Amino acid sequence: MNLSYLIRRLVAVLVVMAIVTVAVFAITNVLPGNAALMILGENATAQNLAALERQLGLDRPLLVQYFDWVSGVVRGDLGMSLRLGLPVAEVVGSAFINSMWLAGLALAAVTVISIPLGALAAIKRGTVYDTGIGVFSYVGTALPEFVTATLLLVLFASPANPIFPAGGFADPMEDFGLFLTHAALPVATLGLVLMAHISRQVRSEMSEVLSSDYVRAARIKGLSERRVIWRHTLPNSMAPAVAVISLDIGYLLGGIIVVEEIFAWPGLGRLLIYALQNRDLPVIQAITLVLAVVYALSNLISDLVIAKLDPRVRYG
Amino acid sequence: MGRILSTSNGVAGVILLTIVLTAALFGPWIAPYDPQLFHSQARLQGPSATHWLGTDQFGRDLLSRILNGAPSTVLFGMGATSLGVCAGTVIGVIAGVAGGRTDGVIMRILDGMLAMPELLFTLLIVTFLGGGTLQALLAVGVAFTPGMARIARSAVLSVRTREYVLAARARGESRSWIVLREVLPNAIGPIIVEATIRVSFAIMIGATLGFLGLGAQPPSTEWGLMVSEARQFMFRNPWGVIIPGIAIAMTAMGFNLFGDALRDAFDPKRSL
Repeated sequence: MNLSYLIRRLVAVLVVMAIVTVAVFAITNVLPGNAALMILGENATAQNLAALERQLGLDRPLLVQYFDWVSGVVRGDLGMSLRLGLPVAEVVGSAFINSMWLAGLALAAVTVISIPLGALAAIKRGTVYDTGIGVFSYVGTALPEFVTATLLLVLFASPANPIFPAGGFADPMEDFGLFLTHAALPVATLGLVLMAHISRQVRSEMSEVLSSDYVRAARIKGLSERRVIWRHTLPNSMAPAVAVISLDIGYLLGGIIVVEEIFAWPGLGRLLIYALQNRDLPVIQAITLVLAVVYALSNLISDLVIAKLDPRVRYG
Repeated sequence: MGRILSTSNGVAGVILLTIVLTAALFGPWIAPYDPQLFHSQARLQGPSATHWLGTDQFGRDLLSRILNGAPSTVLFGMGATSLGVCAGTVIGVIAGVAGGRTDGVIMRILDGMLAMPELLFTLLIVTFLGGGTLQALLAVGVAFTPGMARIARSAVLSVRTREYVLAARARGESRSWIVLREVLPNAIGPIIVEATIRVSFAIMIGATLGFLGLGAQPPSTEWGLMVSEARQFMFRNPWGVIIPGIAIAMTAMGFNLFGDALRDAFDPKRSL
Protein backbone atom coordinates (compact mmCIF):
# COMPACT_ATOMS: atom_id res chain seq x y z
CA MET A 1 0.00 0.00 0.00
CA ASN A 2 1.25 3.45 -0.75
CA LEU A 3 0.29 7.09 -0.67
CA SER A 4 -0.94 7.22 -4.26
CA TYR A 5 -3.33 4.37 -3.56
CA LEU A 6 -4.70 6.24 -0.54
CA ILE A 7 -5.15 9.41 -2.55
CA ARG A 8 -6.91 7.51 -5.35
CA ARG A 9 -9.26 5.94 -2.85
CA LEU A 10 -10.02 9.29 -1.22
CA VAL A 11 -10.76 10.78 -4.64
CA ALA A 12 -13.09 7.86 -5.37
CA VAL A 13 -14.87 8.55 -2.07
CA LEU A 14 -15.28 12.19 -3.11
CA VAL A 15 -16.72 11.16 -6.49
CA VAL A 16 -19.21 8.87 -4.78
CA MET A 17 -20.10 11.67 -2.38
CA ALA A 18 -20.75 14.02 -5.29
CA ILE A 19 -23.14 11.45 -6.77
CA VAL A 20 -24.80 11.04 -3.38
CA THR A 21 -25.40 14.80 -3.13
CA VAL A 22 -27.10 14.75 -6.54
CA ALA A 23 -29.20 11.72 -5.60
CA VAL A 24 -30.18 13.18 -2.23
CA PHE A 25 -31.03 16.52 -3.72
CA ALA A 26 -33.02 14.90 -6.53
CA ILE A 27 -35.04 12.65 -4.20
CA THR A 28 -35.77 15.37 -1.65
CA ASN A 29 -36.81 17.89 -4.27
CA VAL A 30 -39.39 15.67 -5.90
CA LEU A 31 -41.09 15.26 -2.52
CA PRO A 32 -44.68 16.35 -3.02
CA GLY A 33 -45.40 19.63 -1.25
CA ASN A 34 -42.43 21.90 -0.82
CA ALA A 35 -41.02 23.24 2.41
CA ALA A 36 -43.00 26.50 2.31
CA LEU A 37 -46.29 24.63 2.08
CA MET A 38 -45.19 22.38 4.91
CA ILE A 39 -44.36 25.30 7.18
CA LEU A 40 -47.51 27.32 6.51
CA GLY A 41 -49.91 24.39 6.31
CA GLU A 42 -52.74 23.55 3.94
CA ASN A 43 -54.63 26.81 4.47
CA ALA A 44 -51.82 29.16 3.47
CA THR A 45 -52.69 31.85 0.94
CA ALA A 46 -50.90 31.87 -2.39
CA GLN A 47 -49.39 35.24 -1.47
CA ASN A 48 -47.88 34.04 1.79
CA LEU A 49 -46.59 30.93 0.08
CA ALA A 50 -44.89 32.92 -2.66
CA ALA A 51 -43.33 35.24 -0.09
CA LEU A 52 -41.95 32.39 1.99
CA GLU A 53 -40.72 30.55 -1.08
CA ARG A 54 -38.82 33.67 -2.07
CA GLN A 55 -37.43 33.99 1.45
CA LEU A 56 -36.26 30.35 1.47
CA GLY A 57 -34.94 30.63 -2.07
CA LEU A 58 -37.27 27.94 -3.34
CA ASP A 59 -38.34 30.00 -6.35
CA ARG A 60 -34.89 29.81 -7.89
CA PRO A 61 -34.00 27.22 -10.56
CA LEU A 62 -33.19 23.77 -9.11
CA LEU A 63 -29.64 23.86 -10.43
CA VAL A 64 -28.95 27.11 -8.60
CA GLN A 65 -30.48 25.68 -5.42
CA TYR A 66 -28.31 22.57 -5.78
CA PHE A 67 -25.05 24.45 -6.17
CA ASP A 68 -26.02 26.77 -3.37
CA TRP A 69 -26.59 23.78 -1.11
CA VAL A 70 -23.39 21.99 -2.14
CA SER A 71 -21.24 25.06 -1.68
CA GLY A 72 -22.78 25.43 1.77
CA VAL A 73 -21.98 21.81 2.57
CA VAL A 74 -18.37 22.31 1.52
CA ARG A 75 -18.13 25.31 3.85
CA GLY A 76 -19.77 23.33 6.65
CA ASP A 77 -22.97 25.37 6.44
CA LEU A 78 -25.91 22.99 6.14
CA GLY A 79 -28.61 25.65 6.35
CA MET A 80 -31.40 26.11 8.87
CA SER A 81 -33.84 23.43 9.97
CA LEU A 82 -37.29 24.37 8.70
CA ARG A 83 -39.03 22.97 11.76
CA LEU A 84 -36.67 23.35 14.67
CA GLY A 85 -35.49 26.88 13.93
CA LEU A 86 -31.88 25.86 14.59
CA PRO A 87 -28.86 25.50 12.32
CA VAL A 88 -28.86 22.03 10.75
CA ALA A 89 -25.16 21.54 11.53
CA GLU A 90 -25.90 21.98 15.24
CA VAL A 91 -28.93 19.65 15.34
CA VAL A 92 -27.35 16.96 13.18
CA GLY A 93 -24.00 17.31 14.93
CA SER A 94 -25.29 16.46 18.40
CA ALA A 95 -27.52 13.69 17.04
CA PHE A 96 -24.51 12.31 15.16
CA ILE A 97 -22.48 12.02 18.36
CA ASN A 98 -25.31 10.19 20.14
CA SER A 99 -25.70 7.83 17.20
CA MET A 100 -22.00 7.10 17.04
CA TRP A 101 -22.02 6.12 20.73
CA LEU A 102 -24.78 3.65 19.97
CA ALA A 103 -23.29 2.31 16.73
CA GLY A 104 -19.78 2.18 18.18
CA LEU A 105 -20.88 0.29 21.25
CA ALA A 106 -22.91 -2.16 19.15
CA LEU A 107 -20.00 -2.71 16.78
CA ALA A 108 -17.55 -3.27 19.63
CA ALA A 109 -19.87 -5.72 21.38
CA VAL A 110 -20.55 -7.59 18.15
CA THR A 111 -16.88 -7.86 17.21
CA VAL A 112 -15.86 -9.13 20.63
CA ILE A 113 -18.62 -11.74 20.74
CA SER A 114 -19.16 -12.94 17.20
CA ILE A 115 -15.58 -13.60 16.08
CA PRO A 116 -14.88 -16.15 18.85
CA LEU A 117 -18.39 -17.56 18.34
CA GLY A 118 -17.83 -18.12 14.63
CA ALA A 119 -14.30 -19.40 15.18
CA LEU A 120 -15.47 -21.94 17.74
CA ALA A 121 -18.23 -23.11 15.41
CA ALA A 122 -15.65 -23.69 12.67
CA ILE A 123 -13.27 -25.55 14.98
CA LYS A 124 -16.04 -27.71 16.41
CA ARG A 125 -17.67 -28.29 13.03
CA GLY A 126 -20.52 -30.76 12.97
CA THR A 127 -21.02 -30.77 16.74
CA VAL A 128 -24.11 -29.69 18.67
CA TYR A 129 -22.34 -26.42 19.37
CA ASP A 130 -21.90 -25.71 15.66
CA THR A 131 -25.54 -26.54 14.93
CA GLY A 132 -26.64 -24.29 17.79
CA ILE A 133 -24.72 -21.33 16.37
CA GLY A 134 -26.09 -22.12 12.93
CA VAL A 135 -29.68 -22.06 14.15
CA PHE A 136 -29.03 -18.90 16.17
CA SER A 137 -27.56 -17.15 13.14
CA TYR A 138 -30.49 -18.02 10.87
CA VAL A 139 -33.06 -16.95 13.46
CA GLY A 140 -31.12 -13.77 14.23
CA THR A 141 -30.92 -12.64 10.61
CA ALA A 142 -34.61 -13.38 10.04
CA LEU A 143 -35.89 -11.16 12.86
CA PRO A 144 -36.32 -7.50 11.89
CA GLU A 145 -35.04 -5.02 14.50
CA PHE A 146 -38.48 -3.78 15.41
CA VAL A 147 -39.55 -7.29 16.43
CA THR A 148 -36.40 -7.96 18.47
CA ALA A 149 -36.65 -4.54 20.10
CA THR A 150 -40.27 -5.05 21.06
CA LEU A 151 -39.61 -8.52 22.45
CA LEU A 152 -36.66 -7.21 24.48
CA LEU A 153 -38.90 -4.48 25.87
CA VAL A 154 -41.49 -7.05 26.93
CA LEU A 155 -38.83 -9.19 28.58
CA PHE A 156 -36.62 -6.58 30.24
CA ALA A 157 -38.51 -3.32 30.53
CA SER A 158 -42.05 -4.24 31.51
CA PRO A 159 -43.60 -2.20 34.34
CA ALA A 160 -43.63 -5.36 36.47
CA ASN A 161 -39.98 -6.14 35.82
CA PRO A 162 -38.08 -2.99 34.81
CA ILE A 163 -34.50 -4.25 34.60
CA PHE A 164 -33.58 -1.67 31.96
CA PRO A 165 -35.19 1.66 31.02
CA ALA A 166 -37.64 1.35 28.11
CA GLY A 167 -36.07 4.25 26.30
CA GLY A 168 -34.22 7.53 26.52
CA PHE A 169 -30.63 8.55 26.76
CA ALA A 170 -28.04 9.66 29.29
CA ASP A 171 -24.89 11.59 28.49
CA PRO A 172 -21.96 9.13 28.70
CA MET A 173 -19.64 12.01 29.65
CA GLU A 174 -21.67 12.71 32.78
CA ASP A 175 -22.82 9.31 33.99
CA PHE A 176 -21.38 6.39 32.06
CA GLY A 177 -23.18 3.77 34.15
CA LEU A 178 -26.56 5.33 33.50
CA PHE A 179 -25.65 5.64 29.83
CA LEU A 180 -24.91 1.93 29.69
CA THR A 181 -28.27 0.98 31.20
CA HIS A 182 -30.00 3.09 28.55
CA ALA A 183 -27.83 1.64 25.81
CA ALA A 184 -28.27 -2.00 26.85
CA LEU A 185 -31.46 -2.83 24.97
CA PRO A 186 -30.72 -0.81 21.80
CA VAL A 187 -27.25 -2.36 21.59
CA ALA A 188 -28.69 -5.84 22.19
CA THR A 189 -31.21 -5.29 19.38
CA LEU A 190 -28.61 -4.11 16.89
CA GLY A 191 -26.15 -6.70 18.09
CA LEU A 192 -28.39 -9.73 17.64
CA VAL A 193 -28.78 -9.34 13.88
CA LEU A 194 -25.14 -8.41 13.33
CA MET A 195 -23.83 -11.16 15.57
CA ALA A 196 -25.93 -13.71 13.76
CA HIS A 197 -24.63 -12.59 10.40
CA ILE A 198 -20.98 -12.05 11.31
CA SER A 199 -20.53 -15.27 13.28
CA ARG A 200 -21.89 -17.23 10.31
CA GLN A 201 -19.49 -15.53 7.93
CA VAL A 202 -16.52 -15.96 10.26
CA ARG A 203 -17.38 -19.64 10.58
CA SER A 204 -17.42 -20.13 6.84
CA GLU A 205 -14.18 -18.17 6.29
CA MET A 206 -12.45 -20.08 9.02
CA SER A 207 -13.69 -23.44 7.77
CA GLU A 208 -12.07 -22.59 4.47
CA VAL A 209 -8.76 -21.74 6.15
CA LEU A 210 -8.94 -24.93 8.26
CA SER A 211 -9.21 -27.04 5.13
CA SER A 212 -6.38 -25.22 3.36
CA ASP A 213 -3.07 -26.78 2.42
CA TYR A 214 -0.94 -24.79 4.83
CA VAL A 215 -3.04 -25.82 7.81
CA ARG A 216 -2.80 -29.44 6.69
CA ALA A 217 0.95 -28.98 6.33
CA ALA A 218 1.14 -27.54 9.84
CA ARG A 219 -0.74 -30.57 11.18
CA ILE A 220 1.45 -33.02 9.28
CA LYS A 221 4.49 -31.26 10.69
CA GLY A 222 3.14 -32.40 14.06
CA LEU A 223 2.26 -29.02 15.54
CA SER A 224 -0.14 -29.07 18.44
CA GLU A 225 -3.77 -28.33 17.59
CA ARG A 226 -3.61 -25.19 19.73
CA ARG A 227 -0.66 -23.87 17.76
CA VAL A 228 -2.32 -24.71 14.45
CA ILE A 229 -5.35 -22.67 15.43
CA TRP A 230 -3.67 -19.73 17.15
CA ARG A 231 -0.71 -19.30 14.83
CA HIS A 232 -1.94 -20.54 11.46
CA THR A 233 -5.71 -20.36 11.31
CA LEU A 234 -6.88 -17.37 13.34
CA PRO A 235 -4.50 -14.75 11.88
CA ASN A 236 -5.52 -15.79 8.37
CA SER A 237 -9.21 -15.57 9.17
CA MET A 238 -9.01 -12.04 10.53
CA ALA A 239 -8.90 -10.17 7.23
CA PRO A 240 -12.12 -11.74 5.90
CA ALA A 241 -13.74 -11.09 9.28
CA VAL A 242 -12.92 -7.39 9.00
CA ALA A 243 -14.32 -7.38 5.46
CA VAL A 244 -17.58 -8.90 6.69
CA ILE A 245 -17.86 -6.43 9.55
CA SER A 246 -17.27 -3.46 7.25
CA LEU A 247 -20.02 -4.64 4.91
CA ASP A 248 -22.36 -4.86 7.88
CA ILE A 249 -21.73 -1.25 8.84
CA GLY A 250 -24.18 -0.20 6.13
CA TYR A 251 -26.70 -2.49 7.73
CA LEU A 252 -25.91 -1.08 11.17
CA LEU A 253 -26.44 2.48 9.95
CA GLY A 254 -29.85 1.48 8.59
CA GLY A 255 -30.63 -0.42 11.79
CA ILE A 256 -30.08 2.60 14.05
CA ILE A 257 -32.97 4.38 12.29
CA VAL A 258 -35.54 1.89 13.59
CA VAL A 259 -33.83 1.18 16.91
CA GLU A 260 -33.46 4.85 17.84
CA GLU A 261 -37.10 5.46 16.98
CA ILE A 262 -38.27 2.61 19.22
CA PHE A 263 -35.99 3.38 22.17
CA ALA A 264 -36.31 7.18 21.90
CA TRP A 265 -32.55 7.53 21.44
CA PRO A 266 -31.85 11.14 20.37
CA GLY A 267 -29.65 10.27 17.40
CA LEU A 268 -29.63 10.60 13.63
CA GLY A 269 -32.23 7.87 13.10
CA ARG A 270 -34.84 9.44 15.31
CA LEU A 271 -34.08 12.86 13.88
CA LEU A 272 -34.44 11.46 10.36
CA ILE A 273 -37.88 9.99 11.06
CA TYR A 274 -38.95 13.31 12.56
CA ALA A 275 -37.57 15.21 9.56
CA LEU A 276 -39.22 12.84 7.09
CA GLN A 277 -42.58 13.21 8.83
CA ASN A 278 -42.25 16.99 8.77
CA ARG A 279 -40.61 17.33 5.35
CA ASP A 280 -37.67 19.14 6.93
CA LEU A 281 -35.59 18.98 3.75
CA PRO A 282 -32.28 20.48 4.94
CA VAL A 283 -32.20 18.04 7.85
CA ILE A 284 -33.07 15.04 5.63
CA GLN A 285 -30.35 16.00 3.16
CA ALA A 286 -27.74 16.50 5.87
CA ILE A 287 -28.47 13.18 7.63
CA THR A 288 -28.37 11.21 4.39
CA LEU A 289 -25.08 12.80 3.47
CA VAL A 290 -23.57 12.18 6.91
CA LEU A 291 -24.58 8.51 6.89
CA ALA A 292 -23.18 8.05 3.38
CA VAL A 293 -19.88 9.67 4.38
CA VAL A 294 -19.58 7.48 7.48
CA TYR A 295 -20.29 4.39 5.40
CA ALA A 296 -17.76 5.30 2.70
CA LEU A 297 -15.04 6.16 5.23
CA SER A 298 -15.60 2.98 7.22
CA ASN A 299 -15.21 0.97 4.02
CA LEU A 300 -11.96 2.77 3.28
CA ILE A 301 -10.65 2.20 6.80
CA SER A 302 -11.54 -1.48 6.69
CA ASP A 303 -9.67 -1.87 3.38
CA LEU A 304 -6.60 -0.33 5.00
CA VAL A 305 -6.92 -2.63 8.02
CA ILE A 306 -7.30 -5.66 5.75
CA ALA A 307 -4.14 -4.70 3.89
CA LYS A 308 -2.31 -4.46 7.23
CA LEU A 309 -3.65 -7.81 8.44
CA ASP A 310 -3.07 -9.74 5.26
CA PRO A 311 0.28 -9.13 3.59
CA ARG A 312 -0.94 -10.94 0.47
CA VAL A 313 -3.37 -8.10 -0.20
CA ARG A 314 -1.52 -5.47 -2.19
CA TYR A 315 -3.05 -2.27 -3.36
CA GLY A 316 -1.15 -0.52 -6.05
CA MET B 1 -33.99 -30.36 -6.00
CA GLY B 2 -32.26 -33.51 -4.79
CA ARG B 3 -29.16 -31.50 -4.03
CA ILE B 4 -31.18 -28.94 -2.08
CA LEU B 5 -32.74 -31.65 0.08
CA SER B 6 -29.36 -33.25 0.78
CA THR B 7 -28.48 -30.72 3.50
CA SER B 8 -30.35 -30.09 6.73
CA ASN B 9 -30.45 -26.36 5.90
CA GLY B 10 -32.14 -27.14 2.60
CA VAL B 11 -34.69 -29.43 4.24
CA ALA B 12 -35.49 -26.79 6.88
CA GLY B 13 -35.88 -24.15 4.16
CA VAL B 14 -38.20 -26.32 2.08
CA ILE B 15 -40.35 -27.17 5.12
CA LEU B 16 -40.63 -23.53 6.19
CA LEU B 17 -41.40 -22.38 2.64
CA THR B 18 -44.06 -25.07 2.26
CA ILE B 19 -45.82 -23.87 5.42
CA VAL B 20 -45.55 -20.22 4.38
CA LEU B 21 -46.65 -20.78 0.79
CA THR B 22 -49.57 -22.96 1.93
CA ALA B 23 -50.65 -20.12 4.21
CA ALA B 24 -50.19 -17.64 1.38
CA LEU B 25 -52.23 -19.71 -1.10
CA PHE B 26 -55.05 -20.92 1.14
CA GLY B 27 -54.74 -18.72 4.27
CA PRO B 28 -57.85 -16.58 3.79
CA TRP B 29 -59.98 -19.74 3.23
CA ILE B 30 -58.70 -21.84 6.11
CA ALA B 31 -58.84 -18.98 8.63
CA PRO B 32 -61.29 -19.92 11.41
CA TYR B 33 -62.78 -16.42 11.78
CA ASP B 34 -63.28 -13.18 9.86
CA PRO B 35 -59.96 -11.33 10.46
CA GLN B 36 -61.78 -8.03 11.08
CA LEU B 37 -64.51 -9.41 13.36
CA PHE B 38 -64.47 -7.98 16.90
CA HIS B 39 -64.95 -10.58 19.63
CA SER B 40 -65.64 -8.00 22.32
CA GLN B 41 -65.82 -10.61 25.10
CA ALA B 42 -62.34 -11.89 24.30
CA ARG B 43 -59.90 -9.01 24.00
CA LEU B 44 -56.10 -9.37 24.37
CA GLN B 45 -56.27 -13.07 25.16
CA GLY B 46 -53.46 -15.56 25.03
CA PRO B 47 -53.72 -18.78 23.02
CA SER B 48 -56.78 -20.88 23.90
CA ALA B 49 -59.02 -23.56 22.42
CA THR B 50 -61.35 -21.03 20.78
CA HIS B 51 -58.59 -18.67 19.63
CA TRP B 52 -55.54 -20.83 18.92
CA LEU B 53 -53.11 -17.92 18.83
CA GLY B 54 -55.06 -15.49 21.00
CA THR B 55 -56.73 -12.18 20.17
CA ASP B 56 -55.74 -8.53 19.76
CA GLN B 57 -57.00 -5.36 21.46
CA PHE B 58 -60.32 -5.49 19.61
CA GLY B 59 -60.73 -9.21 20.18
CA ARG B 60 -59.83 -10.03 16.58
CA ASP B 61 -58.58 -13.58 16.12
CA LEU B 62 -54.79 -13.51 15.63
CA LEU B 63 -54.56 -16.78 13.71
CA SER B 64 -57.12 -15.53 11.21
CA ARG B 65 -55.30 -12.22 10.86
CA ILE B 66 -51.93 -13.91 10.32
CA LEU B 67 -53.41 -16.26 7.70
CA ASN B 68 -55.10 -13.35 5.94
CA GLY B 69 -51.90 -11.32 5.94
CA ALA B 70 -49.84 -14.18 4.47
CA PRO B 71 -50.70 -13.73 0.75
CA SER B 72 -49.96 -10.00 0.74
CA THR B 73 -46.73 -10.46 2.71
CA VAL B 74 -45.36 -13.12 0.36
CA LEU B 75 -46.59 -11.22 -2.71
CA PHE B 76 -44.96 -8.07 -1.39
CA GLY B 77 -41.61 -9.80 -0.94
CA MET B 78 -41.71 -11.46 -4.34
CA GLY B 79 -43.13 -8.40 -6.12
CA ALA B 80 -40.58 -5.96 -4.74
CA THR B 81 -37.73 -8.39 -5.41
CA SER B 82 -38.90 -9.13 -8.97
CA LEU B 83 -39.01 -5.42 -9.67
CA GLY B 84 -35.49 -4.90 -8.34
CA VAL B 85 -34.18 -8.02 -10.10
CA CYS B 86 -35.67 -7.08 -13.49
CA ALA B 87 -34.53 -3.47 -13.39
CA GLY B 88 -31.15 -4.44 -11.92
CA THR B 89 -30.55 -7.23 -14.44
CA VAL B 90 -31.31 -4.94 -17.38
CA ILE B 91 -28.93 -2.28 -16.05
CA GLY B 92 -26.26 -4.83 -15.09
CA VAL B 93 -26.39 -6.61 -18.44
CA ILE B 94 -26.18 -3.31 -20.31
CA ALA B 95 -23.15 -2.28 -18.25
CA GLY B 96 -21.48 -5.68 -18.53
CA VAL B 97 -22.03 -6.08 -22.27
CA ALA B 98 -21.25 -2.49 -23.21
CA GLY B 99 -18.11 -2.23 -21.08
CA GLY B 100 -15.79 0.75 -21.34
CA ARG B 101 -17.14 4.21 -20.69
CA THR B 102 -20.83 3.28 -20.39
CA ASP B 103 -19.90 0.64 -17.84
CA GLY B 104 -17.79 3.13 -15.87
CA VAL B 105 -20.54 5.75 -15.70
CA ILE B 106 -23.21 3.22 -14.72
CA MET B 107 -21.00 1.73 -12.04
CA ARG B 108 -20.19 5.12 -10.51
CA ILE B 109 -23.90 5.98 -10.29
CA LEU B 110 -24.60 2.59 -8.71
CA ASP B 111 -21.79 3.18 -6.21
CA GLY B 112 -23.41 6.48 -5.24
CA MET B 113 -26.75 4.77 -4.69
CA LEU B 114 -25.14 1.94 -2.73
CA ALA B 115 -23.36 4.46 -0.50
CA MET B 116 -26.67 5.03 1.28
CA PRO B 117 -27.81 2.33 3.70
CA GLU B 118 -30.62 0.36 2.04
CA LEU B 119 -33.25 1.22 4.65
CA LEU B 120 -32.43 4.93 4.42
CA PHE B 121 -32.74 4.84 0.65
CA THR B 122 -36.09 3.02 0.92
CA LEU B 123 -37.36 5.51 3.51
CA LEU B 124 -36.47 8.47 1.29
CA ILE B 125 -38.28 7.00 -1.71
CA VAL B 126 -41.34 5.86 0.21
CA THR B 127 -41.72 9.28 1.82
CA PHE B 128 -41.51 10.89 -1.59
CA LEU B 129 -44.11 8.46 -2.96
CA GLY B 130 -46.43 9.11 -0.02
CA GLY B 131 -46.65 5.86 1.97
CA GLY B 132 -48.88 2.83 1.35
CA THR B 133 -48.36 -0.79 0.32
CA LEU B 134 -47.80 -0.19 -3.39
CA GLN B 135 -45.47 2.74 -2.70
CA ALA B 136 -43.49 0.62 -0.24
CA LEU B 137 -43.21 -2.15 -2.83
CA LEU B 138 -41.91 0.28 -5.44
CA ALA B 139 -39.46 1.78 -2.97
CA VAL B 140 -38.00 -1.58 -1.97
CA GLY B 141 -37.77 -2.56 -5.63
CA VAL B 142 -35.88 0.63 -6.50
CA ALA B 143 -33.62 0.23 -3.46
CA PHE B 144 -32.74 -3.32 -4.58
CA THR B 145 -31.93 -2.27 -8.13
CA PRO B 146 -28.32 -1.07 -7.69
CA GLY B 147 -27.25 -4.15 -5.73
CA MET B 148 -28.87 -6.50 -8.23
CA ALA B 149 -27.33 -4.58 -11.12
CA ARG B 150 -23.87 -5.14 -9.66
CA ILE B 151 -24.47 -8.87 -9.27
CA ALA B 152 -25.91 -9.17 -12.78
CA ARG B 153 -22.95 -7.25 -14.18
CA SER B 154 -20.37 -9.44 -12.53
CA ALA B 155 -22.27 -12.56 -13.63
CA VAL B 156 -22.23 -11.25 -17.21
CA LEU B 157 -18.54 -10.37 -17.02
CA SER B 158 -17.71 -13.89 -15.87
CA VAL B 159 -19.32 -15.52 -18.92
CA ARG B 160 -18.59 -12.83 -21.49
CA THR B 161 -15.29 -14.29 -22.59
CA ARG B 162 -16.28 -17.97 -22.42
CA GLU B 163 -15.74 -20.08 -25.53
CA TYR B 164 -19.42 -20.45 -26.36
CA VAL B 165 -19.87 -16.69 -26.41
CA LEU B 166 -16.79 -16.26 -28.57
CA ALA B 167 -18.07 -19.04 -30.82
CA ALA B 168 -21.43 -17.30 -31.19
CA ARG B 169 -19.62 -14.10 -32.03
CA ALA B 170 -17.47 -15.90 -34.57
CA ARG B 171 -20.61 -17.37 -36.13
CA GLY B 172 -21.70 -13.78 -36.68
CA GLU B 173 -24.74 -13.89 -34.40
CA SER B 174 -26.32 -10.55 -33.56
CA ARG B 175 -25.47 -8.85 -30.30
CA SER B 176 -28.99 -9.16 -28.85
CA TRP B 177 -29.10 -12.85 -29.80
CA ILE B 178 -25.84 -13.46 -27.96
CA VAL B 179 -27.04 -11.61 -24.87
CA LEU B 180 -30.43 -13.34 -24.73
CA ARG B 181 -29.42 -16.85 -25.79
CA GLU B 182 -25.83 -17.26 -24.60
CA VAL B 183 -24.96 -14.75 -21.88
CA LEU B 184 -28.17 -14.46 -19.84
CA PRO B 185 -29.01 -18.18 -19.48
CA ASN B 186 -25.48 -18.82 -18.22
CA ALA B 187 -25.38 -15.82 -15.90
CA ILE B 188 -28.83 -16.37 -14.40
CA GLY B 189 -27.73 -18.74 -11.59
CA PRO B 190 -26.21 -16.19 -9.21
CA ILE B 191 -29.04 -13.78 -10.00
CA ILE B 192 -31.71 -16.31 -8.97
CA VAL B 193 -29.84 -17.21 -5.79
CA GLU B 194 -29.45 -13.57 -4.79
CA ALA B 195 -33.12 -12.91 -5.63
CA THR B 196 -34.32 -15.75 -3.39
CA ILE B 197 -32.31 -14.48 -0.44
CA ARG B 198 -33.47 -10.94 -1.11
CA VAL B 199 -37.14 -11.92 -0.87
CA SER B 200 -36.52 -12.37 2.84
CA PHE B 201 -34.95 -8.89 3.10
CA ALA B 202 -37.86 -7.42 1.13
CA ILE B 203 -40.36 -8.99 3.52
CA MET B 204 -38.43 -7.67 6.52
CA ILE B 205 -38.12 -4.15 5.07
CA GLY B 206 -41.80 -4.21 4.08
CA ALA B 207 -42.75 -5.17 7.63
CA THR B 208 -40.46 -2.43 8.99
CA LEU B 209 -42.15 0.16 6.78
CA GLY B 210 -45.55 -1.11 7.95
CA PHE B 211 -44.31 -0.82 11.52
CA LEU B 212 -43.16 2.78 10.95
CA GLY B 213 -46.56 3.64 9.46
CA LEU B 214 -45.17 4.16 5.95
CA GLY B 215 -46.41 0.91 4.40
CA ALA B 216 -49.76 -0.84 4.79
CA GLN B 217 -52.41 1.13 6.70
CA PRO B 218 -54.94 -0.07 9.33
CA PRO B 219 -57.00 -2.22 9.42
CA SER B 220 -54.71 -4.17 7.08
CA THR B 221 -53.45 -7.54 8.33
CA GLU B 222 -49.89 -6.74 7.24
CA TRP B 223 -47.64 -8.40 9.84
CA GLY B 224 -45.40 -5.42 10.56
CA LEU B 225 -48.44 -3.24 11.12
CA MET B 226 -49.86 -5.90 13.46
CA VAL B 227 -46.72 -5.69 15.62
CA SER B 228 -46.91 -1.90 15.64
CA GLU B 229 -50.59 -1.95 16.73
CA ALA B 230 -49.99 -4.62 19.36
CA ARG B 231 -47.07 -2.69 20.86
CA GLN B 232 -49.38 -0.44 22.86
CA PHE B 233 -50.70 -3.50 24.66
CA MET B 234 -47.50 -5.56 24.69
CA PHE B 235 -47.25 -5.79 28.46
CA ARG B 236 -50.85 -7.01 28.79
CA ASN B 237 -50.69 -9.46 25.90
CA PRO B 238 -47.22 -10.10 24.46
CA TRP B 239 -48.73 -12.67 22.05
CA GLY B 240 -49.91 -9.83 19.84
CA VAL B 241 -46.23 -9.02 19.18
CA ILE B 242 -44.80 -12.53 19.34
CA ILE B 243 -47.16 -14.17 16.84
CA PRO B 244 -46.65 -11.78 13.88
CA GLY B 245 -42.96 -11.62 14.81
CA ILE B 246 -42.67 -15.38 14.46
CA ALA B 247 -44.61 -15.27 11.19
CA ILE B 248 -42.18 -12.70 9.74
CA ALA B 249 -39.15 -14.64 10.99
CA MET B 250 -40.43 -17.97 9.62
CA THR B 251 -41.04 -16.49 6.18
CA ALA B 252 -37.73 -14.64 6.05
CA MET B 253 -35.86 -17.70 7.31
CA GLY B 254 -37.55 -19.97 4.79
CA PHE B 255 -36.43 -17.87 1.83
CA ASN B 256 -32.99 -17.40 3.37
CA LEU B 257 -32.34 -21.10 3.97
CA PHE B 258 -33.75 -22.03 0.59
CA GLY B 259 -31.58 -19.41 -1.14
CA ASP B 260 -28.46 -20.66 0.63
CA ALA B 261 -29.26 -24.27 -0.29
CA LEU B 262 -29.86 -23.15 -3.87
CA ARG B 263 -26.45 -21.50 -3.98
CA ASP B 264 -24.76 -24.62 -2.65
CA ALA B 265 -26.61 -26.70 -5.24
CA PHE B 266 -25.41 -24.40 -8.03
CA ASP B 267 -21.87 -24.32 -6.71
CA PRO B 268 -20.91 -27.41 -4.69
CA LYS B 269 -17.51 -25.92 -3.90
CA ARG B 270 -19.08 -23.36 -1.58
CA SER B 271 -20.92 -25.82 0.63
CA LEU B 272 -18.84 -25.95 3.75
